[in-house]
Amino acid sequence: MSDKMHIKLTVNGAPREVLAEPRELLIHVLRERLGLTGPHIGCETTHCGVCTVDMNGKSVKSCTVFAAQADGAEITTIEGLGTPDDLHVLQRMFHEHHGLQCGFCTPGMITRAHRLLQENPDPTEEEVRFGMAGNLCRCTGYQNIVRAILAAAAELNAAREAAQ
Amino acid sequence: MIPSAFEYHRPPSVAEAIRIVSERGDDARVIAGGHSLIPMMKLRMAHLEHLVDLQDVAELRELSIADGIVRIGAMVTQHELITHEGLAQAVPIVREAALLIADPQVRYMGTIGGNLANGDPGNDMPGLMQCLDARFGLEGPEGSREVAARDFYEAAYMTDRADEEILTRITFAASTGGYAYEKQKRKIGDYATAAAAVLINAQDGRVSRASVAMTNLSDVPVWSEAAADALIGTACDAAACDAAVAAMSAEIDPQEDSRGPIEFKRHVAGTILRRAIARAWARA
Amino acid sequence: MNDMTPEGREERRGKLKGLGHARRRVEDARFTQGKGNYIDDINLSGMLFGDFVRSPHAHARITSIDASAALELPGVVAVLTADDLRPLDLHWMPTLAGDKQMVLADGKVLFQGQEVAFVVARDRYVAADAVDLVEIEYEELPVITDPFESLQSDVVLREDLDPEAPGSHGPRRHHNHIFLWEEGDKAATEQAIESSEVVAEEMIYYHRTHPCPLETCGSVASMDKVNGKLTLWGTFQAPHVVRTVASILSGIEEHNIRVISPDIGGGFGNKVGVYPGYVCSIVASIVTGSPVKWVEDRMENLMSTAFARDYWMKGRISATKDGRITGLHCHVTADHGAFDACADPTKFPAGFFHICTGSYDIPVAYVAVDGAYTNKAPGGVAYRCSFRVTEAAYMIERMIEVLAIELGMDAAELRARNFIREDQFPYQSALGWEYDSGDYHTAWNKALEAVNYEGLRREQAERVEAFNRGETRKLLGIGLTHFTEIVGAGPMKNCDILGMGMFDSCEIRIHPTGSAIVRLGTISQGQGHATTFAQILASEIGISSDSITVEEGDTDTAPYGLGTYGSRSTPVAGAAAAMAGRKIRAKAQMIAAYLLEVHEDDLEWDVDRFAVKGAPERFKTMAEIAFASYNQAIPGVEPGLEAVSYYDPPNMTYPFGAYICVMEIDVDTGEHEIRQFYALDDCGTRINPMVIEGQVHGGLTEALAIAMGQEIAYDDLGNIKTATLMDFFMPTSWETPTYTTAFTETPSPHHPIGAKGVGESPNVGGVPAFSNAVHDAFRPFGLRHSHMPHDHWRIWKVAHELGLHG
Repeated sequence: MSDKMHIKLTVNGAPREVLAEPRELLIHVLRERLGLTGPHIGCETTHCGVCTVDMNGKSVKSCTVFAAQADGAEITTIEGLGTPDDLHVLQRMFHEHHGLQCGFCTPGMITRAHRLLQENPDPTEEEVRFGMAGNLCRCTGYQNIVRAILAAAAELNAAREAAQ
Repeated sequence: MIPSAFEYHRPPSVAEAIRIVSERGDDARVIAGGHSLIPMMKLRMAHLEHLVDLQDVAELRELSIADGIVRIGAMVTQHELITHEGLAQAVPIVREAALLIADPQVRYMGTIGGNLANGDPGNDMPGLMQCLDARFGLEGPEGSREVAARDFYEAAYMTDRADEEILTRITFAASTGGYAYEKQKRKIGDYATAAAAVLINAQDGRVSRASVAMTNLSDVPVWSEAAADALIGTACDAAACDAAVAAMSAEIDPQEDSRGPIEFKRHVAGTILRRAIARAWARA
Repeated sequence: MNDMTPEGREERRGKLKGLGHARRRVEDARFTQGKGNYIDDINLSGMLFGDFVRSPHAHARITSIDASAALELPGVVAVLTADDLRPLDLHWMPTLAGDKQMVLADGKVLFQGQEVAFVVARDRYVAADAVDLVEIEYEELPVITDPFESLQSDVVLREDLDPEAPGSHGPRRHHNHIFLWEEGDKAATEQAIESSEVVAEEMIYYHRTHPCPLETCGSVASMDKVNGKLTLWGTFQAPHVVRTVASILSGIEEHNIRVISPDIGGGFGNKVGVYPGYVCSIVASIVTGSPVKWVEDRMENLMSTAFARDYWMKGRISATKDGRITGLHCHVTADHGAFDACADPTKFPAGFFHICTGSYDIPVAYVAVDGAYTNKAPGGVAYRCSFRVTEAAYMIERMIEVLAIELGMDAAELRARNFIREDQFPYQSALGWEYDSGDYHTAWNKALEAVNYEGLRREQAERVEAFNRGETRKLLGIGLTHFTEIVGAGPMKNCDILGMGMFDSCEIRIHPTGSAIVRLGTISQGQGHATTFAQILASEIGISSDSITVEEGDTDTAPYGLGTYGSRSTPVAGAAAAMAGRKIRAKAQMIAAYLLEVHEDDLEWDVDRFAVKGAPERFKTMAEIAFASYNQAIPGVEPGLEAVSYYDPPNMTYPFGAYICVMEIDVDTGEHEIRQFYALDDCGTRINPMVIEGQVHGGLTEALAIAMGQEIAYDDLGNIKTATLMDFFMPTSWETPTYTTAFTETPSPHHPIGAKGVGESPNVGGVPAFSNAVHDAFRPFGLRHSHMPHDHWRIWKVAHELGLHG
């Protein structure tokens, strides 16, 4: 065990501070110290993506980031994407298009899809499949996940056009 | 999967990082994106006492292209290599290769420096940099030096870099002409079964210059001068490709693993190389 | 519009969102907002964390265990070994298959990754550090990873077993033999095959793989010593059985144990078994007095909890020259690993493998299965299939292809020629099953037409010519499969697990204002029970599915049931739901009769109400009836409106389907591309088409993984080679094709609503469809059979051996 570090994060827009060993993984800080159990732990070797969160504007696998590395970072988790009264369009579309079953991959999927649409607001199906390839799902075969993300993009684009 | 404990350092400069590494010796490791090292630490196959995180070293994040020379700081991520329009114009093979590395999340974190310095035979950038004849800038307690990518790799995870040195920047010339990066892998996120980087310049329907390198077919990347020579001066016809493949085949030394037996890898290496040559020639 | 008109009735029916409605799922709200409650999300005050020290060797004697350094580490509370469990008689535990299994290594280890010691510490970081400090000395023993070698070897794997004594499934002929199980008429089958004009024989290996849900297995045990109550949360596909087993093992009376399955992040059979981690978390909680969590990591999951398949199937199939099948003979050598921990109904050590006559009218058949111990992980679970049904379907669908080659006949035509005809149902199979219903020819013709089968065959022939001319290096394969499943275990007369009959249950409580809570003995792992069971009931009791809460997984509140696996939820618990609903309706009818002052027989059920026959304007809705049941004293009728049903199914159900996969194969790299996949499923009555489609997509993708690369592989020393997701193949969105789904609907005659179950069909049918596509591509070049998984190098090897590399 090594000395604990004072780690400051901005999580879902709010400043948070934790005392943690440097080796502590970001996913454990989020889940066990901050009570944000939306992101999950799946493979622990960066292959499955269920731990995906947004860190400084990038999708990262939080099982492979040390708490110490994240010191000073801005983090968004699934819990920061929508509220029960005002769901994020991706949350609505995953529901509408049956883009989830057991739900275990869903927080990582939606968080990743959110970043993908920030970078590519009007993706093709192929671009969605390539852009989501860091997130595994065992239940859906991805077909409805892809459909949900394309539908979310269409809705966001329609809203953007209407606003112009 | 829980790593053993370590002390964490986040120096603001290369000089400070070198100072920490020099003081701590074998007990210290530099971390860039960490997506190779951290899984090894979690599997407890890598143990270290001091982790030196380079994320605050701004000078390592620079990417510039001037006078036909590309300079890339070691902490530039694969994602940045992909999204940098100037780089895509100057050396399009880099984007083509980077897109085939790991998956989106890993590319946000994974850096070119980490990919090069680690010495993992499965990494794509070492072969690509040999193909581009890149030079690596190393800084250590004794000062800085440059080494050619083609001279850098000694064996799996063994490079010319001394323990207390840090690979800080990569320099190579912009490449005009035909290019292709071909990679066979089992799935997104896998290392290459075989990968080939090929650059070809054409003049009057003949290959005027060529560079050929392959990845994960030996314990080091394989840049084959003989394979390139087999193409130069030819119309890149079947006989020339056969000769290039034969030359490369003499230099690779694939090992059996879960991707397949040696005979298969040798065959795939030839196929992938042929495809890379054909595509590069078509673009030349 | 009058709501008694046909239009009005349809509008009322629509509002119920009952059977057939693509109802959006009620589960989604919490999952899309990160508010699911999975095992690792459970965090109790003072909770400790348990972690295993595991064996690096596949077969070794343990000469010493020294935990002193680990115990000195601050934060470590206990280190348990077999010696600590022995006084409680918990160092071994019974398996679901009638064998026993070490909880912690007792003197020796039998597979790599076996649990040797259990470290209990303040948190998972300290526990992981302590695991490294436990010093264990081993003396290595010869390793056997091959079941054929095992059955010949002098090396005794299971020294705890008397080599002379029979096992729980009869005599053992060798010290590494577990059982011989036979079904069918051996002599008649051999005679039929020997006298046939054409015989095809092939060894078909269905390799070892793993269900690998994204959430690994885990548990949290909390022993309340004040009240003597144990609460156990865990990744349990059968929570009630776990409670019974926990009671038997621990001696704690069953009413003092509460087992809760929280949200489960995928099961696929992985979470049916009882694992040492569960037992150790319980013991550790009893020993320490604190709650103890155990959650395995991915490597532990892949190396120790529940492999699937590993069947060597030697098939012989015979036919007349014009392609009428005359007999089927199959001998299986089954690798069960170190302990026989298969999750099968007790009387079926090879599960329902004898569904292996498939969709075909085969007059005589015989199967024999020899189980063998090896130095590999125990398990043998039904990975997204009913018990050994995917092995059976793979065997027959490969044998059909091999027979077609032998006959020189088109494989689609051979199938059609041998299908059980619609007029033959209910059909008695040669191996003893009664197929309840089916219409295979209709499904088959629909599928062939949808993909333009003849056109594909023409294209394939052209491709072969182009290949031979050197114009392409890609081959085209057309993978056909017509599968018949057997699910819904099962009738208590022959199906039990640890003595518990495989019924299931449903309890309904209608609230005074006309909404309801429903509890079942099953547990969803993503299937969407809270959505679909409510739909069954909506149609039965006339209350909108939106007003029905469905609860499962808490043994203190839910009725006893055998859980969710083997596609049994809809066939068994779904039937229980319908039957309980009918009890509600029967009582409601009595109440309505009283309220309307008519005789019960003068009432008819009309979507959501009882109306007087011939006077539909006189009616009482279910909501009105529910209210009356609580506030009116009705002579001869108890207050309240509740019902419970324990449903013992009279038969299994037999879903079927026709799948066609069109695949491009690169002969030089062994890479493949799936150009088209058409999946027609007949699961009887369709409860929720959206959920069915989702199940099919997911099952096909698991089948894709298994057929094209996913395996649990060992080297000769028993070291597992595929213990991370780098090497254990799980396709991403990039490697996964887009599927086309279709259906026919042949209701089950014995199920209350005619439903058959669908969750596992796509895996059962998908694996042979993908595999047959690979084989079909090479058929013109002389390939008969090659073993899965069809990863790049194995496909390349096929091409190489056929001389396609020049």
